[in-house]
Amino acid sequence: MIGQVWRWLIDGANWQGSTGITHRLLEHLEYTGESVLIAAVIALPIGAVIGHSGRGKWILSAANAFRAIPSLGLLFVVAMWFVSRLTSDAAYLVPTIVVLVILAIPPLLAGAYSGVSEVDPAARDAAFGMGMTGPQVLARVELPCALPLIFSGLRSAALQVIATATIAAAISVGGLGRYLIDGLANSDYVQMAGGAILVAALALVVDGVLAALQRLLVPGGLRSARPSRHKRRAAVAEARSAPAA
Amino acid sequence: MLSFIQDHWSDILSRGIQHAWLAGLPLLIGLLISLPLGWLARRAAWLRVILVGGSSLLYTIPSLALFVLIPLVAKTKIIDPTNVIIAMTIYTIALLVRTVADALGAVSEETTQAAIAMGYTPIRRFFGVELPLAVPVISAGLRVAAVSNVAIVSVSALLGIRQLGFYLTDGYQINYWAEVWTGIAACLVLALIFDVAIQLVTRVLTPWQREVGA
Repeated sequence: MIGQVWRWLIDGANWQGSTGITHRLLEHLEYTGESVLIAAVIALPIGAVIGHSGRGKWILSAANAFRAIPSLGLLFVVAMWFVSRLTSDAAYLVPTIVVLVILAIPPLLAGAYSGVSEVDPAARDAAFGMGMTGPQVLARVELPCALPLIFSGLRSAALQVIATATIAAAISVGGLGRYLIDGLANSDYVQMAGGAILVAALALVVDGVLAALQRLLVPGGLRSARPSRHKRRAAVAEARSAPAA
Repeated sequence: MLSFIQDHWSDILSRGIQHAWLAGLPLLIGLLISLPLGWLARRAAWLRVILVGGSSLLYTIPSLALFVLIPLVAKTKIIDPTNVIIAMTIYTIALLVRTVADALGAVSEETTQAAIAMGYTPIRRFFGVELPLAVPVISAGLRVAAVSNVAIVSVSALLGIRQLGFYLTDGYQINYWAEVWTGIAACLVLALIFDVAIQLVTRVLTPWQREVGA
């Protein structure tokens, strides 16, 4: 069985054309990239401002409560709502992107919030003492210090989106999830397992790339978030605890 | 939606019990495996890197892919609920190993030293001192795992495994709103039941936390 799956994966014919692996992989990356980008534009500023001002924490509780909603249910509800209103190719793509954005927001929000609110008060006081204004403190001290946790949030958002984009194949969009859903429909287990390996590999590679990017961008002095600080670890756990759909 | 629930009450209940089983059993097995692993992760830095790093790698694998890949290794059928139990146990361990290691690490040095001075052997110290003190943190991790397990199990409906997620896929196929909402609500209620149950057990296990500030 494993041999058959391997042969399916290395068969060049399976990599070409509009249903080929290359095309499906690019689709999956496109959905993921678009959604995470839109979610980041929405969530990072809000999270940073909440962390900076300490106001509006209810938004975080609401975002966390969202995690209990089964993403499959969310996907179907949004798809049913759109399909009755849109009549084109966008009928399935739009609801998919909407759901992926909704799911990417909580981890990004939590990461930005805990990153900014966990900044060492001494550093913040020193910045104010040097005469910086509130926005300057946020931009020059709090945000750079918050980078490790923002990245944790970004990584869990990306994984959440890759996983959910896979099950979005159930509402007829493209991406690697097609092999799992179509394989099931045709009782073709080899195709299903091949698709599952591709999805798992994509998740691992994307997480690895983001980890490497984190090493490049986070200043050396911040790299080891002091492990003795219990609160910070709890925040990391919080930021990384989003379930993979 | 209310009439749907009334008409299908016994079916919802039996699927709910099945769902609770698929999400809850892995929670117990995962906790039992995570305790020794988390303890080991604190023994040596290289062990910690392997255990915590390895488990977080497993966590990155999307659930549908994991449900499909387990039969390849376990030689089960794709429709076998055992696959879901195994996958959810893997996810639970992935979440809890780090939590257990951190929780045990948070026990203060003075407490450990006092226990040694009182003549506790390492094994008795673990069960009598360190583990009880780590309960609140472990319980917080367990609550996250429980809520996420309930949500993830519903994905296995795509493969035809019997649980509450069926109402999501079935309702979508026949475009029946009440059924999909029922599926979502049932999953949320089950997650809430798990959450409350874990909090109650935690209260029973940590009587010293109740008297604070009284």
